[in-house]
Amino acid sequence: MLKLQDISITFNEGTPDEKKALQNINLELEKGDFVTVIGSNGAGKSTLMNIVSGVLIPDVGDVFINGKQVVDLPEYKRSKYIGRVFQDPMAGTAPSMTIEENLAMAYSRIRKRILKLGVTKQRKEMFRDYLKTLNLGLEDRLTAKVGLLSGGERQALSLLMSTFTQPDILLLDEHTAALDPSRAELITNLTEKVVKESGLTTLMITHNMQQALDLGNRLIMMDKGQIIFDVRGKEKQNLTIENLLHEFQRIRGEQFGSDRAVLN
Amino acid sequence: MFISLFGAVESGVIYAIMALGVYLTFRVLDFPDLTVEGSFVTGASVAAFSIINGVPPIIATLLAAVAGFLAGCVTGVLHTKGKINSLLAGILMMTALYSINLRIMDQPTLSLLNETTLFQQLTSIWDAIGLDSVFNGLLSAIGMERFPKTWSIVIVMIFVTLAIKLLTDYFLKTEVGLALRAIGDNKKMIRSLSANTDSLIIVGVGISNALVALSGGLIAQLGGFSDVNMGLGLIVIGLASIIIGEALFGTKTIVRATLAVILGAVIYRIIVTLALRFDFLETGDMKLITAIIVVVALVAPRIIQSRKEKRRRIMKRQQLKAGGDSHA
Repeated sequence: MLKLQDISITFNEGTPDEKKALQNINLELEKGDFVTVIGSNGAGKSTLMNIVSGVLIPDVGDVFINGKQVVDLPEYKRSKYIGRVFQDPMAGTAPSMTIEENLAMAYSRIRKRILKLGVTKQRKEMFRDYLKTLNLGLEDRLTAKVGLLSGGERQALSLLMSTFTQPDILLLDEHTAALDPSRAELITNLTEKVVKESGLTTLMITHNMQQALDLGNRLIMMDKGQIIFDVRGKEKQNLTIENLLHEFQRIRGEQFGSDRAVLN
Repeated sequence: MFISLFGAVESGVIYAIMALGVYLTFRVLDFPDLTVEGSFVTGASVAAFSIINGVPPIIATLLAAVAGFLAGCVTGVLHTKGKINSLLAGILMMTALYSINLRIMDQPTLSLLNETTLFQQLTSIWDAIGLDSVFNGLLSAIGMERFPKTWSIVIVMIFVTLAIKLLTDYFLKTEVGLALRAIGDNKKMIRSLSANTDSLIIVGVGISNALVALSGGLIAQLGGFSDVNMGLGLIVIGLASIIIGEALFGTKTIVRATLAVILGAVIYRIIVTLALRFDFLETGDMKLITAIIVVVALVAPRIIQSRKEKRRRIMKRQQLKAGGDSHA
């Protein structure tokens, strides 16, 4: 479904700030795979996401979605295949527009935008049905401006907006990191439910090791621009945080880099 | 007094089209576009030049809008493809348009006094129907003695401007329009929803300048001339209209916001007309008056708001105190 082949990218090449953000990354996701990505700050997780979504173009390497070479497609064209939820709850929605208008824009993601009304009676009904699945009562607030929603509500809406059109790939970039624990749990549960129900091929970055272990059928650990650990299926289910940290030490011969990751 | 106010409304309704254009860039796209100072004159020049060369006035007016659209698109391209800061892109285009406008007219001023304009055609049709006598009759019934020259312009233009407003409202609710609004609101998000932000910005700035140039073409025909300097300070006038309208009528929905902009443009004209009636003010003071109006419209609502807040807090404290006393 998603295939990254020999991806490398270097920032500030030839300067003292040179950083090999990704080195020779190969990654292949089967249809329906739910992969969680962990790693300390600067390991290259976000760069990986940006390469997939088209925000960054790799120095070398190819990206395939559904067997189609997409590495030359600009971000907005690639978005037809990719649903994204960002870390910042403000980033995924337009605050001064209403809930129904935001959903209408998301609905147009896989279509050509034309001069027809974005919010029609028929679509309203459909949006309402989708919003009901969130259990947040948003279905009664279709004409409320999104800026009035709480962070958790906005993130739930973002998740819905990026998934209800059945994207080929779903990218989640630490999408629960900016929420309080109870809201984060709500969004995590929603994510699990949505991905399971629609069988979306998902790539999720997280700083929360427990979350990385709980969700998905495959886990990869990144460090210094490389994938250093890749487990799936049964093997992943039996994994614990202890194992993970131990594994990291075994591979890298050092303590796991980020305090934040350890604390989680 | 009545006649000059009538004139203010007449031109205000036409300037409202310009204000709607400025609203599209400043508020909807969040793109402070200074091209308008040039494209307004481009509209006036194209309309005047075409009419003098025998083009039917209605076609000439539409040509003005097309010219403005193209000018706006160039600004959009400079910003999106050339990665030039939006303010600078507008200033560059405005400067370039000054020369282009001179080229179009081949002289600094073109007079339309000996030509038949759209409004003269309109008035002659209007007179044939004889509606003016009805309105003037109403006026004399309430004791007015002097009547405006014609009612045709103001009434027809109110309909035209409202039609443009309704079209704009509809456009901003279409799939394309929603994406356009999202650009001003959250560019990252709308790009992640597969909208080509570059082309949307180009088209958006184009449409905005088409409206501005249309307004310029009409003002030239109303005033009977096109002048290379007639766009000077126009951006502030456009902003003044938007800010006055928003302060007085609110921006809750798009439908309301566009109406506010139109009313703001008319009210701005009325304020200027009234201000100029003071003997110590001269025509040259117009720009100063405009600047002051904008400042007042920006500052006054905030002062009123903070006064209200303060009073509310004092009330609350007094209530608490009274409540506390009774308990004691």
